Amino acid sequence: MSAIYALYTTPAAAQRAVNALRASSSALHFDAEQIVVVSQEPVEECEFAEDRHKTPMFLLAVIGGLLGAVTAYFLTSLTQRSYPLPTGGMPLVPPWTDGIIVYEMTMLGAILATLATLLVSAHLPTFRKPLSDPEIWTGKILVGVTDPPQDSRRELETRLRQAGATAVKSSS
Amino acid sequence: MAPLFHTNAAYWIAVALSGSLVLAGACAFLYQIYHGIGVWGLNSPVFWAFDITNFVFWIGISHAGTLISAILRLANATWRRPVTRCAEAITVFALSIGAIIPLCHTGRPWLGYYLIPYPSERHIWPNFRSPLLWDFFAILTYLTGSVSFLYLPIIPDFASLRDTTSGWRKRFYGTLSLGWEGTPHQWHRLETAMQIMAIVIIPVAVSVHTIVSWDFAMTLVPMWHSSIFGPYFVVGAIFSGIAALILAMALLRKSLHLEEYLRPLHFQNLGKLLLTMSLLWFYFTFAERLTTWYGNSNSDMVVFWSSIRQNFAPFFWIMVVCNFIIPVPILAIKRLRTITGTVIASITIVIGMWIERFLIVVPSLERKFLPYSWGTYRPTWVEDTLMAGSFGMMALLYLLFSKFVPMISIWELKAGETHPLISHEPVVAADPLADETPLTTETSS
Repeated sequence: MSAIYALYTTPAAAQRAVNALRASSSALHFDAEQIVVVSQEPVEECEFAEDRHKTPMFLLAVIGGLLGAVTAYFLTSLTQRSYPLPTGGMPLVPPWTDGIIVYEMTMLGAILATLATLLVSAHLPTFRKPLSDPEIWTGKILVGVTDPPQDSRRELETRLRQAGATAVKSSS
Repeated sequence: MAPLFHTNAAYWIAVALSGSLVLAGACAFLYQIYHGIGVWGLNSPVFWAFDITNFVFWIGISHAGTLISAILRLANATWRRPVTRCAEAITVFALSIGAIIPLCHTGRPWLGYYLIPYPSERHIWPNFRSPLLWDFFAILTYLTGSVSFLYLPIIPDFASLRDTTSGWRKRFYGTLSLGWEGTPHQWHRLETAMQIMAIVIIPVAVSVHTIVSWDFAMTLVPMWHSSIFGPYFVVGAIFSGIAALILAMALLRKSLHLEEYLRPLHFQNLGKLLLTMSLLWFYFTFAERLTTWYGNSNSDMVVFWSSIRQNFAPFFWIMVVCNFIIPVPILAIKRLRTITGTVIASITIVIGMWIERFLIVVPSLERKFLPYSWGTYRPTWVEDTLMAGSFGMMALLYLLFSKFVPMISIWELKAGETHPLISHEPVVAADPLADETPLTTETSS
C-alpha cells in the first residue's frame, strides 16, 4: 500500500487537512474512503474522529451471552440425562447448580463475542504493512491518502502543506 | 519505555532470586510426582491444607487487577491510568498460578483434562453439581476475560514499540500489535470493547470468588456451611488484592524508576480503598464468628474455640493484628497514609490474609464432628517449597512481563494529560491557509 501523508501537531490542523482532502477528492480522482487519519491516542473533539459507522458490539455481546447460556443449558441438562449420576438426593437436572454453569457460560459468550467483534470490525489482525510513522508517538497526527493517483501527488502534497503540516511524506 | 531497554543489576538479582524459588518449587513438584502425593502432610481427615490455602489465596490476589481496573474504568477515575496495567497483570498471573494448584493436588496432573466436559470413551462425565467443576468454568471465564482485558489496551502500546524500535523487537512487537494503525475507527472499536469488557468482568470477578467460597460452604463441615461465605470471600479477595497491587506498584516504582507516574496520590487513593476493605473484612469476620458463637452448636464451637483459644489461637490473633490492628490506624491517619505507610499496611495484610485462608481450611477439617476422627496437620518441606515456588513464580512472571511490556499504559496516560503539542484552538478552521508552519518533505518506505 502506497500513501502520501502529512503530520500535524494539533487536531484542528488535522481536521483542516481532512476537510481539504474531502473537498478535493473528486477533483483529484480519489475516493474519500482513501483518506486516513492515524493518532497515538483517541482524538475525541474532532469531526473526523466521529465514527460514522455505528457498531453492533453491544448487541453482539448480548447475542454471544445468550448463545453461551443456551450452550451451557444443553451441555448440562442433556449430559445429566444421558449419564445419570444421582448425588445427595438432588434431582438429575437441578436448576440451581446448572444455573451457575449457565451464568459463567453466558459471561464467557459475551466476552468472546466482544473480542471477535472487535477483531473483525477493527480489521485485526492484518498482515499488510500498517500506515504509520514514528513521529505519531510524539503526539503528532497523521493525515494522508492511501494509493493516491499518480498524477495528483503534487497537488495532494500542496493541500496537505496548506493545512499546516510539519512534514509531508510518502510511503510505498 | 526506558525500563524495556535498560536493565540494572537489581533487576537481575530479583530475577535470580525468584527464578531460584521457581526452580526449587519445580524440584519439589517432580519429587511429589515421583513419590506420590503422600509426601504432603495431608492425612485423614485433613485432606485439604496448604495447597487449597494457596489456591484460595492466589485467586483472591487475582481480584486486585481486573476488578479494580474495571470499576475505576467505568467510574472514569482519571487517577487510574498509571495503575491499571500493573493491576491487570497481577490478575492474569495470580489466576494462572491459582489454577495450577488444584491440578497439583490431583496427584496426577496429566489427567487434569478429565475436568473438561467433552464426549469421550470414558463415559464418565464431570458432575455439574460439584463446586469443583463450577471452579473450572468460573476460572476459565475469568481468565479469558482478564487476558483480553489486559491485552486489548496494550495493542496500541505494542504498535508504538513496533514503530520506534528495530531488529527483533520490531518484529516481536509488530506481531503482537496485530497490525494496529490507530485510526479513529480502531480507537472507537477498542474503547467500546473495553467498556463492554469492564461491564462483564465485574460480575464475573465477584462470581469467581463466590464459587471458590462454595467449595467450602456447600459441605456440612463445621464453620464452612455458612451463607455469608460468598461475600466474605469476595471482600477478603478484594482486600488482599489491593494490598498486593500496592506492593507491586511500590516495587515497580522503585526498580523501574517510575516515580513520575506512580505518585503518592495513587498510593493514598488505594490506601483509602484498602482502609474501607479492612473495615469490611473486620465486619464480616465478626459477623461470621458472632453467628457461630451465638448458635452454640457443638461441632461448630469445637472449631471456634480451636481457632480462638487453643492450638490455632496464635494464628488467629496474628491475623487480626495484621488485617486490622496495624493497617487501620496507618491508613486512617492521613499523615501516615504515605507510600511507606501503605506498603507496611499491605505487607501485613498479605500475611494476614494468607493466615486467614489457612484458618478457614485447616481447623474445620482437623476437628470435624466426632472426636474419634479428629486429626492433626503439619506441612512438609514439599508443601513449603511448593508454596515458596508459587510466590517465586508470581514475582518472576511479573518481572519478565515488565521487561517486555510497558507497565504504564502509554496511550491512556497521554490521553489523560494535556499534551504539550496540542493547543486548544478551534477545531474546524475555516481558512486552510492559516498555518505557516515550516515544512519538510520526506519519503519513507
